[in-house]
Amino acid sequence: METAQDTIQQNEIKSSPIQGVGGFKGTGSQMLLNGLIEEGVHTIFGYPGGAIMPIYDALYDYADKLTHILVRHEQGGIHAAQGFARTSGKVGVCFATSGPGATNLVTGLADAQIDSTPLVCITGQVFAHLLGTDAFQETDVINITTPVTKWNYQITDAKEIPEVLAKAFYIAKSGRPGPVLIDITKNAQLQIEEFPEYVKCNHIRSYRPKPKVRVEYIEQAAVLINEAKKPFVLFGQGVILGSAEAEFKAFIEKSGIPAAWTIMGEGAIPTDHPLNVGMLGMHGNYGPNVLTNECDVLIAIGMRFDDRVTGRLDKYAKQAKVIHLDIDPAEIDKNVKAEVGVWGDCKETLPLLTNLVNENKHEDWLAKFRDYNQQEIDQVITPELYPDGDEMTMGEVLRNINEICDGDAIIVTDVGQHQMVACRYAKFNNTRSNVTSGGLGTMGFGLPAAIGAKYGAPNKTVIAIIGDGGFQMTPQELGTIMQFGAAVKILILNNRFLGMVRQWQQLFHEKRYSFVNITSPDFVALAKAYYIEGQMVNERANLRTALETMINHEGSYLLEVMVGRENNVFPMVPQGCSVSEIRLK
Amino acid sequence: MNTEDTIKYQPAKADYEGKQEYNIIVYAENRIGLLNRIAIIFSKRKINIESLNTSPSEIEGIHRFNIVITESYEVVRKLARQIEKQVEVLKVYFNTNDEIIWQELALYKVPTEEITEKVTVERLLRQYGASAVVIRKDYTVFAVTGHREETDALVKALEPYELIEFVRSARVAIIKDSASFHDKLKEFEAFEPGDELVENEFLEKGDKIFTM
Repeated sequence: METAQDTIQQNEIKSSPIQGVGGFKGTGSQMLLNGLIEEGVHTIFGYPGGAIMPIYDALYDYADKLTHILVRHEQGGIHAAQGFARTSGKVGVCFATSGPGATNLVTGLADAQIDSTPLVCITGQVFAHLLGTDAFQETDVINITTPVTKWNYQITDAKEIPEVLAKAFYIAKSGRPGPVLIDITKNAQLQIEEFPEYVKCNHIRSYRPKPKVRVEYIEQAAVLINEAKKPFVLFGQGVILGSAEAEFKAFIEKSGIPAAWTIMGEGAIPTDHPLNVGMLGMHGNYGPNVLTNECDVLIAIGMRFDDRVTGRLDKYAKQAKVIHLDIDPAEIDKNVKAEVGVWGDCKETLPLLTNLVNENKHEDWLAKFRDYNQQEIDQVITPELYPDGDEMTMGEVLRNINEICDGDAIIVTDVGQHQMVACRYAKFNNTRSNVTSGGLGTMGFGLPAAIGAKYGAPNKTVIAIIGDGGFQMTPQELGTIMQFGAAVKILILNNRFLGMVRQWQQLFHEKRYSFVNITSPDFVALAKAYYIEGQMVNERANLRTALETMINHEGSYLLEVMVGRENNVFPMVPQGCSVSEIRLK
Repeated sequence: MNTEDTIKYQPAKADYEGKQEYNIIVYAENRIGLLNRIAIIFSKRKINIESLNTSPSEIEGIHRFNIVITESYEVVRKLARQIEKQVEVLKVYFNTNDEIIWQELALYKVPTEEITEKVTVERLLRQYGASAVVIRKDYTVFAVTGHREETDALVKALEPYELIEFVRSARVAIIKDSASFHDKLKEFEAFEPGDELVENEFLEKGDKIFTM
């Protein structure tokens, strides 16, 4: 029960709202916001509600220090926080209320968990004395989110706030990053305390963010690499998360080893780099997939051998000796047995390895990649990028974007055919430029993630490439763009089908097109309703101008491009097949 | 540590293909929700936990879980690493039954009248290594510690005498070749590189480090 004394105190605190960064007396909510500022947070994506009202009340006074973006759905909020984290390299922060607000975060948490995205999510919770009573908007958020968070914690006493918040940021961004959720009961948000000075966390006794680097494993790896005739590097997002792009580049340039990327690793080295041989996996490039089963030493760096990368495991790189560099010990030997497992942060391990490897040029071996690439160019890439027919292809849209932006834009994708085409053909000069839902494959990710990506990299052109299906999963975030003005370029590639599922139904289900025929609203009119300009293009003659208009437009813009209905993404490693059984058509 | 030590910690009689009983020992912070976090690592993979014991360890604030499952070496190894990855878990060991000494405690409640008339208490005590915990006019409670077969045998023996209630504890186990938790940590350092050696210094100083 709140006493008159408390009310007076609270009013006093409100009248001098923003406290110093040292110790201060105030509410748990103010402590939380001060802590966020201490952690360097300036942008929060969120949505208020009953159980998080005290935090929002405190936020009212922090407008000059914290920017709050009011999303239109909590899923949009967390995807935006993900996009922010991916382009900025910082921890993304989002707020949601209890009950439905918190459950709406689950998809984003799962996405961030599987793609190792650092997030701190704050959810409100009912008063502590109501826990377990099925109170209004009460859900067991901690247990619902346990499988999809790196760590979570429920605060019922405001005294815990500084310590738990510090711990949350430390856990989210250290080691293999991941999402952390803090659930704060309403009483703790309101509770008035004398808080000590905020201290950042740098150690938890039970937590080893990164394993200690063992020189002997690096030596063993170097021996294998120096003896190899056909070494092959596979790299993933670990290189980007570890900010080890320069170290990685130095390693491949000295050793002369061709390198291929998973979609999460794309952009860690520029697309044009002579040793960048392309994309791995189901819709990856021809050479990297086939030659995985020909190389003699396979060096996997910061990647986890997802089934979309390996295809059939028992026929995957069986001839090769595998060296696996990863920060997460649980990844080594999980899917593919490593001859040498190099545990550690690749920012530390790669320079050590670079020192020990011989300078080399694998010209004959690289020529093999080029041969396969030429076959792919002739049979797949040229027809996709320069089609003969009247129908536009997704690939030619990407080619035009590359010609206009020259690899400097941030490309955010949704999930499906357009995602594979964008990852295959988009040109990247810079790291942290490809934002996509890799592990979870979350349709509806694209639009909200692009909003966050723009806040994470405000000086970049951010293009959200989205299919007609995925766009209809989170179109409400147009409202967020309308209100806060994130200059996101929305490019809808409309084939009037749920294209990827349709492709599978065509190839593996005798063209039984079961519920993939999706109709769409007038997307341009929808954007107009949100005061966002746009146009639709259905003829090649207008494509280039329309893309230029979109990219040069000040503010957000929506461009809908009508592409061929039944185009397929190739090459393709059919499910259950080995990577060397990749099909060009 | 040299490679011989490394080899030593490959499980001696590990069956790499087939399934057998494994004892997973987890040292973890005593924290609400951690049991669930560990349990879902098993349930996510549709693996049944056959026995689970959790109790305070010799180090203050750190709990020890004993988990028994029947799985292959490969699966158990992956599970152990997934458990150890959890923020609040300090260390995970896994061993086959012949690498550990284990016990379960069983309690048996039988009508005193029945057993005094039809079977001698003395014989039961001697034959099954049982001890009488409580003897009342209406019932007697016996306790037996031992392996599953031993505690099962007394259930069989008591069934004709109107066994009222029976309960068995989870398994507790001690690893045969471990000197102590601290030493084991140091030895494991050679096989599974980590920061335990450094962090070990903090184990006895719970309040001086960042913890909750």
